[in-house]
Amino acid sequence: MLNPDSVGSTFAGTDSITVSQSEIDAFCAVIGETDTTIAPPTFTIRITLTQFEEILTRPEIGLDWSRLVHGDQKFEIFSPVKAGDALTCAATIESYRVAAGNEIVSVRSDLHRDGKLVISAWSTLVVRA
Amino acid sequence: MIEVGTVLEEKVFYLDRALLKAYADASGDQNPIHQNEEFALSVGLPNVIAHGMLTMALVGKYVSDFAGGSANVLEYSARFTKPVIVPAGEKVDLTVSATVAEIADGKISLTLNATSAGVKVLGMTKAVVRK
Repeated sequence: MLNPDSVGSTFAGTDSITVSQSEIDAFCAVIGETDTTIAPPTFTIRITLTQFEEILTRPEIGLDWSRLVHGDQKFEIFSPVKAGDALTCAATIESYRVAAGNEIVSVRSDLHRDGKLVISAWSTLVVRA
Repeated sequence: MIEVGTVLEEKVFYLDRALLKAYADASGDQNPIHQNEEFALSVGLPNVIAHGMLTMALVGKYVSDFAGGSANVLEYSARFTKPVIVPAGEKVDLTVSATVAEIADGKISLTLNATSAGVKVLGMTKAVVRK
């Protein structure tokens, strides 16, 4: 069970994650995108979900990642991501409730580049009963 | 002429097991429900299913194409309502269309529709693009 005291708190992820051209190329290839100069709109989920897993499974937060289902996802993109960008991720646990034994957690991820907000992403994660 | 209510041309993407593997590698999401049929069945799924985020990425390509490039996509959201089921040796469709919901301040809002094998797989799917 998620520690209810963590709701409303923001947790910093890994210091900095640098996006490589080969990562953008691989993502573009899957969806048939030929313009690889910027990352496709959902590319940063690669960073966000990894950071969420690292943060939310910390012992003091306690989410069970093994029974997780992705409920919904939203991106607000303020500036496109390019190769060479060094991004920092912060995760904010916005809400938490239990319904029919399922834990429903809404988490926001803010990715910053040089201190400026690049992308905010909201994920609803459901831990199945 | 694009105006509120305009229905955009449908596009069909095709998914197979190889694409799921490629997305797993590109995204880092190696959950076996997207690659291993035995495992998928063991957790109560009908077969291997596509990553919800792969479905969203493909619909995102449709949005980027409409917007004239990924750089013009400002907002994009979806709810994962039903999985895209990908049996071995098959190519399954992901059929995408959109309706213009709003035009204001140089931005266009789209309501998107995504189905696979006739079943709606994403809900509440919206995008805002600069155009």
